[in-house]
Amino acid sequence: MSQLLKGPSVNGSSDEERPLLEIRDLAITFSTPEGPVHAVRNGRLTVMPGETVAIVGESGSGKSTTALAAIGLLPGNGKVTGGQIIFDGEDITHPTEARIVALRGSSIGMVPQDPMSNLNPVWKIGFQVKETLKANGLAGNNSKERVAQVLADAGLPNAAARAGQYPHEFSGGMRQRALIAIGLACRPRLLIADEPTSALDVTVQQQILDHLDTMTSELGTAVVLITHDLGLAAERAEKIVVMYKGQVVESGPALEILRNPVHPYTQRLVAAAPSLASKRLQSQPTEVAEDINAVVRTEHVVAGDDILQVKDLTKVFKIRRGLGRSDDFTAVDNVSFSVKRGTTTAIVGESGSGKSTVAQMVLNLLKPTSGSITFDGQVMTNRSENQLFKFRRRVQPIFQDPYGSLDPMYSIYRTIEEPLRIHGIGDAKTRQTRVKELLEHVAMPSSTMHRFPNELSGGQRQRIAIARALALNPEVIICDEAVSALDVLVQAQILNLLSSLQEELNLTYLFITHDLAVVRQIADDVCVMEHGRIVEHSTTDEVFNNPQSEYTKNLLRAIPGATLML
Amino acid sequence: MITFTLKRILQLIPVFFGATLLVYFLVFATPGDPIAALSGGKPMSPAVADALRAQYNLDQPFWVQYFLYLKNLVSFDLGQTFSGQQVSDVIARAMPVTARLAVMALAIEAIFGVVFGVFAGLKKGKLFDSTVLVASLLVIAVPTFVLGFVLQFVVGVKLSWAKPTVSSGAPWGDLILPAVVLGLVSLAYVIRLTRTSIMENKSADYVRTATAKGLSRRRVVVVHILRNSLIPVVTFLGADLGSLMGGAIVTEGIFNVPGIGNLLYQAILKGESATVVAVVSVLVLVFVIANLVVDLLYAWLDPRIRLV
Repeated sequence: MSQLLKGPSVNGSSDEERPLLEIRDLAITFSTPEGPVHAVRNGRLTVMPGETVAIVGESGSGKSTTALAAIGLLPGNGKVTGGQIIFDGEDITHPTEARIVALRGSSIGMVPQDPMSNLNPVWKIGFQVKETLKANGLAGNNSKERVAQVLADAGLPNAAARAGQYPHEFSGGMRQRALIAIGLACRPRLLIADEPTSALDVTVQQQILDHLDTMTSELGTAVVLITHDLGLAAERAEKIVVMYKGQVVESGPALEILRNPVHPYTQRLVAAAPSLASKRLQSQPTEVAEDINAVVRTEHVVAGDDILQVKDLTKVFKIRRGLGRSDDFTAVDNVSFSVKRGTTTAIVGESGSGKSTVAQMVLNLLKPTSGSITFDGQVMTNRSENQLFKFRRRVQPIFQDPYGSLDPMYSIYRTIEEPLRIHGIGDAKTRQTRVKELLEHVAMPSSTMHRFPNELSGGQRQRIAIARALALNPEVIICDEAVSALDVLVQAQILNLLSSLQEELNLTYLFITHDLAVVRQIADDVCVMEHGRIVEHSTTDEVFNNPQSEYTKNLLRAIPGATLML
Repeated sequence: MITFTLKRILQLIPVFFGATLLVYFLVFATPGDPIAALSGGKPMSPAVADALRAQYNLDQPFWVQYFLYLKNLVSFDLGQTFSGQQVSDVIARAMPVTARLAVMALAIEAIFGVVFGVFAGLKKGKLFDSTVLVASLLVIAVPTFVLGFVLQFVVGVKLSWAKPTVSSGAPWGDLILPAVVLGLVSLAYVIRLTRTSIMENKSADYVRTATAKGLSRRRVVVVHILRNSLIPVVTFLGADLGSLMGGAIVTEGIFNVPGIGNLLYQAILKGESATVVAVVSVLVLVFVIANLVVDLLYAWLDPRIRLV
């Protein structure tokens, strides 16, 4: 049974093994201009040597803060204000600078979240590995070979040559391998892996986590795995600690928590986890998840005509290679599909598959090299400015990052009202009524209109982005990774919202995503893209139950938690 | 990188022609008769004036004058001043003085600017930071001619720590005070730029990762924060070297430094097109070369920048 609100107190249970890391009643406070913020209260965590413990929670739950406190890496305004952190019997709650520097790297390693920003862009990869070894006295005489060895261990092909390259010459997956190499270079006994793969494609994520598993079990390293993905946690960790609003609400063996969540928050989390929900849809239809998916997956019996037809669409980019030379890069290669009015078609693929390029061409933001896009019977390529203007009114986008897609200087009212104003709809008064109505549609109070984007959470911002997209009563909405940046529970809410809006307003969605689990919840038809081509195009059920291409099968297999037997 | 450098040097050619043409035209279009100015306002017989005009090609149309200038340029003849000296000699005397002044000013800016900026950036909001901020704001707000006269009076005349004016030959020691005045304003900018850059970079993810590796604080600062923060500073310093070489008219005037700024100022007053165009051409060269050096430094500091 999982223990509700009681930390796993393994302390006295076995004499020969004491915990490697024990966090008791940890409290962490951030001092901000608006006063102190209690980021963590009641942080509890026990990690035995060689064990993998996952901390699961949404953004802002304090999961990273708790783990970072153990390695003394709280941001400047954060302080441990209570409780204890004990590493291998030593109290390191308030360590001296010298002591924590000595522990870092050699005893406690870290693999950070975002491989794009965590390597210093101005130093070679090899240098960044070498200085880790040097700082912990492990460089030895032939440090070059050691560096290559460490990188090769982390699964980097051709490591010796690669060590001489800069981070920008590495792909995301390779950078993460380099970061894993750095984290494990000095054979630490504890590794803090802070969302180590959440920025990566699923198939890459799987490879990297597999490799990390192999390495840590070979070295006997204990791992604290921080993740927002319950499925991934259950697959990779022996124990799960669930955090919510700075508190540990539940902890226990991984599968136990998935099967019998006790705390209401955990129950909601289990229910909403897309990777698990999609699985459960077939195996256990009586689960809590059912009602959510029932709402999300409305059947569209009245499938209408093709509102959008894409035929032989190709986009070739010229990549400059110095003076007068350029290489052709085919981002989208002969793509054809059609979308029926009132349905949802998903385009799935990993980064670089060309799915967003397709979306941009459908939106007429990017000119296709060849091929045609037909919208409601009219060919949309090579249209006049005026015709495009009319087209834009009927096709609206929602983008991935609600932090980047809303103008921070525009109030919410101005953001939603702007398209109405540009298209000359109504006067100031009717526009205000319309904005109120739109806010209602997306379940936001009308008082929101006087606020600014920075005062809203990510989920709220995405609701505003939806309201803005709806302002002109469009027929088609292109969602480019519209829920990828959101926490699971928020993601479920937004998907529900999109789905009920679709029913209410007979909207057509083109849903661009890398997340197959989300596709399962929302789409009627799926196009799977790889290297600019559509490798599979079928109904959602067909793709999930009877995938034809090898690539689709790989993608399905890589969904974390997909293989868990619940 | 070699291709890049060569390409940039080739770019010099149109820049050079463009700049000389423009400056030549501006001097040509300046109101006032240079010959009348030459005679000091005293009456001159028309015959003498015409002879002088012919000597300096001033009786020719603009294009012919410019073409003749270019023709002489090919044989490294920059023309003569009205007092009969070779322009190339005049520039050769003034250039080293200005160069010495500029290098000293730049060194003051770079060394003090970066050091103060780093400490202020690392200790944001502390006493040192606030003091530096207020002081730099003050320096930026006060015009150079005020700052120059005040320092000249206080340090040079009252305290007698330095010579108030530069003696002939402009030895290094005499140039310290003008160099300080010249460097002070840019110093304030360098401090602020470095400070902001350090503050931005110190909370970067890779800095946290570097700390997590077990590196000492000092190494994290020097290796991981400083190098990344210097990129915008180097750009500023490079561009500043160009303006220090040419724009020290006020400071050179106050301290009586026989440099390029003074020379240019006098030549403009006299309408000596040959001198003005020659000096400006040299300055264009200096600017372009300074920019080239900045670009190369930039690429060295930040390997993501590809020189194409």
